[in-house]
Amino acid sequence: MTSQAVRLFRKMDGLFAVYKPQGVHWKHVRDSIESNLLKALNSCPPPAPQLAVQFQLLSGGENSSSKDVVLSPSMVPTLADHPLVTGPQFHKVHVGVGHRLDAFSSGVLVLGVGKGNGVLEHLCKSHVTRDYTLEGEFGKATDNFTHTGRVIEKTTYDHVTLDKLERVLAMIQGANQKALIMYSQVDLHTQEAYELAVRGLLYPHGKSPPILTGLRCIHFNPPHFTLEVQCVNETQKYLRKLIHEVGLELRTSAVCSGVRRTRDGPFKVENALTRQHWTAGSIIQAIAHFSKATRKIRKSEMYKQTAGQLNSNAQVQEQTRSQTEQINQQHVELSSSTSDTVVDRETPVTLSEGRTKH
Amino acid sequence: MRVCQRCVSLLLSRPLSAVLQHSTRALHQRSHLTLLQHSTRHTLSQRHSRQTWRHFADHQAASPDVYNMIDLAQKEVVPLNSDVHRIDLDAAVHTSPLQEISEEEAVQIQVPSALPPESSTLRPYVDKSETLSKLVQLGVNLWKLEQRPNVGSMLVRLDFHADVAPRLLFLKDLGVEESKLGQLVTKNPFILTESLDNLEARVSYLKSKKFSKQSVAAMVSKAPYLLNFSVERLDNRLGFFQKQLGLSAEKARDIVTRLPKLLCGSLEPIKENLKVCELEFGFRGNEIQHIVTTVPKVLIANKRKLTQIFDFVHNTMDVPHSLVAKFPQVLNAKFIRIRERHLFLEYLGRAQYQPSQPNYISLDRLVFLPDDVFCSEVALATLEDFERFQKTL
Repeated sequence: MTSQAVRLFRKMDGLFAVYKPQGVHWKHVRDSIESNLLKALNSCPPPAPQLAVQFQLLSGGENSSSKDVVLSPSMVPTLADHPLVTGPQFHKVHVGVGHRLDAFSSGVLVLGVGKGNGVLEHLCKSHVTRDYTLEGEFGKATDNFTHTGRVIEKTTYDHVTLDKLERVLAMIQGANQKALIMYSQVDLHTQEAYELAVRGLLYPHGKSPPILTGLRCIHFNPPHFTLEVQCVNETQKYLRKLIHEVGLELRTSAVCSGVRRTRDGPFKVENALTRQHWTAGSIIQAIAHFSKATRKIRKSEMYKQTAGQLNSNAQVQEQTRSQTEQINQQHVELSSSTSDTVVDRETPVTLSEGRTKH
Repeated sequence: MRVCQRCVSLLLSRPLSAVLQHSTRALHQRSHLTLLQHSTRHTLSQRHSRQTWRHFADHQAASPDVYNMIDLAQKEVVPLNSDVHRIDLDAAVHTSPLQEISEEEAVQIQVPSALPPESSTLRPYVDKSETLSKLVQLGVNLWKLEQRPNVGSMLVRLDFHADVAPRLLFLKDLGVEESKLGQLVTKNPFILTESLDNLEARVSYLKSKKFSKQSVAAMVSKAPYLLNFSVERLDNRLGFFQKQLGLSAEKARDIVTRLPKLLCGSLEPIKENLKVCELEFGFRGNEIQHIVTTVPKVLIANKRKLTQIFDFVHNTMDVPHSLVAKFPQVLNAKFIRIRERHLFLEYLGRAQYQPSQPNYISLDRLVFLPDDVFCSEVALATLEDFERFQKTL
């Protein structure tokens, strides 16, 4: 006979996404979500207390040595099961965090509850791409690449135009494409590799440094500019350094004034929960919403594991590749329309297309 | 881990209730060996405990020690039962359990208590101990208290009629509501061990400083540790608030009644906060007085968070000192909330905080209103818009 609290606890199994505000450590987010879930669980009515037999000695007369002493049994609820003595029903809910966001950044943060934590690990280790929006500002350079750091140098930026910026971004993206091809361990002279590359389904195998699969400028208003980035295996510090390097390439200096993650694998910002919705009800709804994506991740990991076991079997390897490519393809299809211009950056047609889009 | 083996005087000669008062207790893992009240047993257990520790170190076996201790206890204290050791196992004199006995004899058999001598929770003792059951019925959260080291043992050892009841009656006479008594004891169980003379002295001191009966009762409910502090300390604090802040006696009394925690904590952080307000923020003396009388929490707020909020409000929102002093609630609010709402208003073009100009938004409305009312009345937008905007920050 399950109690209401246990039934509620069993619903808390899966992955969901949360919008982390800027300036907050990810641990505080995780802790507040866990305490909200525990609050909801412990507010359910506790199970009924056990009854114990108590023998009460009732004497017939006043003196203690009277002859008619009667022991009467009665069922009394034990105080030992009172909630003030036993404490709350649930002490801990396992809430895990996916790819972390440092305190300066904001955006989609994937959390896993209960059995979802296992899937979370696979999501982190798999090579899913993540979308970021980086805001930069020309004119100064700081020690930690953010606009709140200690200023090291100040420069002019009048000579910077959108054209020069786009050229620099194209160069960076070229270098990253080369790295992508190298780390994806495909031979580009084959037909399948070419088709994968055309569809944008190449991704790195094994350990790799951060690679940008997509990069473009959304907004240019000197000194402020905004970049949109799709990347694999990155850290937020690397992205801030990227802004700094963009500045250096343009013979000026730049700092990052904001890093915002808009997509982490299949989890997008439209479905991420804001601070007001960090309650048990909304979380369970979000888990139900993402259950399909969670199941896909779990399946792809199962395929990967069987592939690892039968290492010699090339066909199974092909199958794994196709499975993970399916997931990535869905990311590519489902993510915002900006990504379709990502793959063929080399042609000048798409450059103008990219510019006229905004 | 230190094994605290205790000699449990197993109840063979003494009636059940007296045993519960003196010999059983709940042991928290970190608590030390506590000794019995009876003096001879005190020395006895000390001797035995030292012996057992040494014993334990030598033989690395717990069970023989227990038997030793129990036997010794029986030998020393209950000399009549010294025959226990010399039972002849072949004698057929002992009574069989299937032998029939009369009703009176059956009823007067002393059942040895099944209470464990030590336990990490208070659950085994609650039903048997009058103090603990009465405390649970009052609403005291025993689970929270047993997490604190030594508090569990202290509670079990209290006598309800001698210790707990007089103090609870004293608090009730003071005017504390019965429903709040449970919370009070949960927060501060040491009020049950403070001597009644001290409690009365402190209450009479507060009344001599012209605190009304209701305000004393409210202060004690809000700050459960208040009556555990000495009269000198309370005097020192009250004097500080009156002198340093330059407030009249009545205003000082008002602040202390609303936030009695001021009398409980240390004065150093309060002095730091005052210095920060004066030097870093640049508030004048009378502005600080107004802020403190409106929102006393500023005195014990976190210095770093206070600085962050003031920096944002003054430098980013361009609100002058006078307006911040007029609405000090903004210093008490959460930084994230202020930031998000201000950026939303700025995005909509409604960030107008000067009272002289049209479409003025006062700081307290910015901070105090709940989200839906804020969106509909102040920002004139929907809640969904606000959430979508939050996701772009």
